[in-house]
Amino acid sequence: MASIDEMKKVCSQVRRDIIRMTHLVNSGHPGGSLGCTEFMVALYWEIMDHNPAFNMSGENEDIFFLSNGHISPVFYSVLARSGYFPVDELKTFRKIDSRLQGHPATHEHLPGVRVASGSLGQGLSVAVGAALGKKQNNDSKLVYSLHGDGELQEGQNWEAFMFAAHHNIDNIIATIDRNDAQIDGRTKDVMDLGDLRQKVESFGWKTIDVADGNDLQSVIDGLQKAKAACGQGKPIAIILNTKMGYGVDFMHDKYQWHGKATNEEQTADALGQLEETLGDY
Amino acid sequence: MKALQDYDLSIASDTRSGFGAGLTALGAANDKVVALCADLTGSLKMNEFAKNHPKRFFNCGVAEANMMGVAAGLSINGMIPFTGTFANFSTGRVYDQIRQSIAYSHKNVKICASHAGITLGEDGATHQILEDIGMMKMLPGMTVIVPCDYNQTKQATLAIAEHEGPVYLRFGRPKVPNFTPENTSFQIGKADILQEGTDVTIIACGIMVWKSIEAAIELAKDGISVELINMHTIKPLDTEAILKSAEKTGAVVSAEEHQRHGGLGDAVAQTLSMHRPTPLEMVAVNDSFGESGKPDQLMQKYGINTEHIIAAAQKAINRK
Repeated sequence: MASIDEMKKVCSQVRRDIIRMTHLVNSGHPGGSLGCTEFMVALYWEIMDHNPAFNMSGENEDIFFLSNGHISPVFYSVLARSGYFPVDELKTFRKIDSRLQGHPATHEHLPGVRVASGSLGQGLSVAVGAALGKKQNNDSKLVYSLHGDGELQEGQNWEAFMFAAHHNIDNIIATIDRNDAQIDGRTKDVMDLGDLRQKVESFGWKTIDVADGNDLQSVIDGLQKAKAACGQGKPIAIILNTKMGYGVDFMHDKYQWHGKATNEEQTADALGQLEETLGDY
Repeated sequence: MKALQDYDLSIASDTRSGFGAGLTALGAANDKVVALCADLTGSLKMNEFAKNHPKRFFNCGVAEANMMGVAAGLSINGMIPFTGTFANFSTGRVYDQIRQSIAYSHKNVKICASHAGITLGEDGATHQILEDIGMMKMLPGMTVIVPCDYNQTKQATLAIAEHEGPVYLRFGRPKVPNFTPENTSFQIGKADILQEGTDVTIIACGIMVWKSIEAAIELAKDGISVELINMHTIKPLDTEAILKSAEKTGAVVSAEEHQRHGGLGDAVAQTLSMHRPTPLEMVAVNDSFGESGKPDQLMQKYGINTEHIIAAAQKAINRK
């Protein structure tokens, strides 16, 4: 088990990976990736009981689904840095013949990915199905998932919220990245989600709020609290308040960085703000 | 080979009940089989399975998109999920969910679709999907099966549980002749030759198979020898059976309860034009939505009845 200081170092390196991966191919989604770094590192270094010697079924281990597939840079970096595949492979991101597709896929058999995502709003159903499958198999491990807040504009999520509560699926922890940002602007301006906590709770879920989703200790505490709440008949949602672009000053809380890579100058600026802790690939 | 005249077309049964019987049998035989339904348990004949295995049956409510995703998730744990709803809601409504979460993700989900085509009848065009075979066969890795009667639908249901990978199984609501032998094991991708002939080949799927039997019997009265193929698997297509028959007869008719665009006829045309150009006539709905009415009235009005197959066969022969 890693210390907080060690995990903070991982976060810094993951952020460097995100900037470098997207810069190299001048495409991809750094904004949400940077915002979800603490969450992903906490999950893979502290919270989940998982096995980097990947097997698809994930039997007797905790498993994770990324529904907002566009933040693949943070997913790939975390998977590589936690041993799922060689870190060096990060340099193939979005290139021809790569296992690191623009959006996560199983088609190229990348270890750590259990379903394709990218077309938004589908991951919660899959995660709920996998959680139901674990129950069917008497597998006591948990299912984790991550969703963008803008993504909740897709109606399928609400079908999944209903289904999970109706079938008492209490072995899932679905986290919503509440950064109030999407491609076209602030989420409240594009399509207001209103009182998200109230909405999710009214669908029969227990919610846990993490006020600062970019504070590693807060994220770990929130996830531990969620774990403790499992097995009590209700599915769990974490509302994780993050800032898009966290860790790089000129990207901080700017929705314009949802899906845009940094140029040469910006890359140098960003990397200057992020310590190389584990070695660049 | 049994003579076409010897098929008993008088005993009618619905293909959806064949699915229900197959699913019931699977429930007892394979504990990995789970079933999901979107508020149409009775219509899909899934009641027996639901009653026998309440812990392996999940009603999803009227929420098909979620049902497809949940099925994909269940399959990750080694379950074999069978989803059940009408063909329209099994395909068009959830195409992107099937595409990303099931087909592209290689999930072992069996999409079982009832009430396909215009023979759904009175509900009208909103429910009468005629594009589903096309949509499903375009998806890489998807197996597409359209059995012809009750017995074959039951056997196909058993067979797809043994097949690793996503499958689309299409069947219907009306009672149609149940003429294939009981308990004949279903071979995915292997066409059934119902009659050998020399003048024209009729390649049919689903309920158009028994209509083609009627047509072949009529054509024989005029001295026309029909080779009749039950092409129950649209994908992977038994191209060898098509080409072998076309070589022999030199004229082909396709017959399906589907749009002309994208269905069985299209697949046959592609095979013939690439490997052995042969006159082909297609019996299918021609770029049109359906409407309310009785199944036989609709088949007549939309040009997919016995007489249309006969006319198409004569036309194909004349084009040789």
